[in-house]
Amino acid sequence: MSLLQIEGLGIDFGGLRAVHDVGFSLKPGEIVSVIGPNGAGKTTLFNMISGVYAPARGRVVLDGEDVTRMPPHLLARRGLSRTFQNLQIFQSMSVLENAVAGHHLHERGSVFADLFALPAARRRSQASGESARALLDRVGLGRAAEQEAGSLSYGALKRLEIARALALKPRVLLLDEPAAGCNAVETEEIDHLIAQVAAEGVSILLVEHDMKMVMRISNHIVVLDHGEKIAEGEPAAIARNPRVIEAYLGAQATEAKHVDG
Amino acid sequence: MRLSSKATTLLILAAVIAIAPVFFPSSYYFRVGSLIFVNGLAVTGLVILIGYAGQISLGHAGFAGIGAYACALAPVHLGLHPALAAVLGALLSAAIAYLVGRPILRLKGYYLAVTSLGFGILVSMVLSNEAQLTGGPDGMAVPELGLRAVLKAIGIDLSNTEFWYAFSGLVLVLGAWLALNLYHSPTGRALRALHGSEVAARTVGVDVAHYKLVAFVLSAIYASVSGSLLALQNKFITPDVAGFMHSIEMVTMTVLGGAGSVLGAILGAAILTTLPQVLTIFQEYEQLMLGLVMMLVMIFMREGLLPSITRRIRGRAE
Ligand SMILES: Nc1ncnc2c1ncn2[C@@H]1O[C@H](COP(=O)(O)OP(=O)(O)O)[C@@H](O)[C@H]1O
Ligand SMILES: [Mg+2]
Repeated sequence: MSLLQIEGLGIDFGGLRAVHDVGFSLKPGEIVSVIGPNGAGKTTLFNMISGVYAPARGRVVLDGEDVTRMPPHLLARRGLSRTFQNLQIFQSMSVLENAVAGHHLHERGSVFADLFALPAARRRSQASGESARALLDRVGLGRAAEQEAGSLSYGALKRLEIARALALKPRVLLLDEPAAGCNAVETEEIDHLIAQVAAEGVSILLVEHDMKMVMRISNHIVVLDHGEKIAEGEPAAIARNPRVIEAYLGAQATEAKHVDG
Repeated sequence: MRLSSKATTLLILAAVIAIAPVFFPSSYYFRVGSLIFVNGLAVTGLVILIGYAGQISLGHAGFAGIGAYACALAPVHLGLHPALAAVLGALLSAAIAYLVGRPILRLKGYYLAVTSLGFGILVSMVLSNEAQLTGGPDGMAVPELGLRAVLKAIGIDLSNTEFWYAFSGLVLVLGAWLALNLYHSPTGRALRALHGSEVAARTVGVDVAHYKLVAFVLSAIYASVSGSLLALQNKFITPDVAGFMHSIEMVTMTVLGGAGSVLGAILGAAILTTLPQVLTIFQEYEQLMLGLVMMLVMIFMREGLLPSITRRIRGRAE
């Protein structure tokens, strides 16, 4: 039984068919990667699934419920969480507060209790604070907890976004280039983290340019080119697929020289 | 022991309010002080709206007007005690903020600024034009709060200016305490999160429209209580309290001191309340001066006075 099902999803920007007729599904605990050259429509696909963009065509079904065009905060309540390719950090908050903010659905309560710092409000804050510290330790940011988020390196901010997304205790996690800007050691750590999270039963949809990582941890790969799905299958089969090699792996060789945006 | 930033802020604020009178050469300074506290209260509400949630309102004097005229009208027409009238004004302001804010806070962009501007103008026009009820531009009298007489009966004999200094100071400390509690609470984090990145806030489950509305309603209550305090201590009120200039004054005070910091914004209120009292040039060219202050802050210290200064001091210490 699939947890997340995407059917014929599509959207246009002006005359551009950014994504067209894309479909696939995701089982609990499965890691599915979406690959494709820059501009293929991967981020746009994530934006539609997570409710940031309203798709023009197709459906998103989460655990049997049609959630197409549902706003992100309601999707979050249903256990769908994500990170962003172009970082979306709460800049003026500390690293710890960013992770605590990810607990919003678990810590929110009456505004009145919050204004008067009633014991209930303090308990909620304390519980999310403890959980946030554990998550920061998990992504290797435990020691940076009190720093201003803006002072972290790019790779560290990527991991902070993962911690914040995990704070939701999601059932489905969308990761948009989590290892971009990370060095080899950090990439390996993220690799382990993703595998661990999936092993706990969370379904993961991953966009990543590091092909070694994608081939190693994915159960299933979907290939996009010019907004359309050109192939999907197991990593080994995708690596041999001539259309994929032509569209993506070939293109990447020439692209690898300039920094990815 | 290291004090939390909340305790530090409250301690500084309470200490300054309590100790300042030692240096007052005349009772006139109690009057200036209580005006600072009244403005400081409105500005603390705007810290929640502007500093926490990142929204802007150009019509908050409208709520101050509602709070002020509630204290003038409700005792006469409804027979309410002035204190209850202030509570009624706050409830009315909250209800209006909810009704005005609900449809526009779902939209992105500067709709709140424009709509609140219109709302503020509307309130001051109604107050000026309904002369039969409000006395029009000439204003109207406000009844005595009566608390000073009660205090006197139990042996605490304060002059009128001393009483209002102490009473508004107390309300300001209470207002600051609530705003600081909010800052460190789940609601405060949701507000600051949507300020930082609306899309990220939504994906962690924050109902952005709802929380913007919470900030708008809370800040309206602060403005309303501030207007009530002003009316009660002046014992007289004119529609100027709801005027556009008063709205701009509030926002300028907030951003001058630092919208992200309760203490900073109160400092901004203190500066811009005192300047016209000591510099007549400031009084004559108030609009020009406010515009100048706003421009200089935006160019040289985007975060406002207090946060910029503390950052500079910290930067030097490291
Ligand atoms: N909000 C938008 N408005 C207009 N065009 C967009 C928007 N978002 C993405 N696009 C376009 O859609 C295409 C797919 O972009 P994107 O999804 O970011 O690709 P990828 O993540 O695979 O690199 C690109 O041509 C991009 O310019
Ligand atoms: Mg992308």
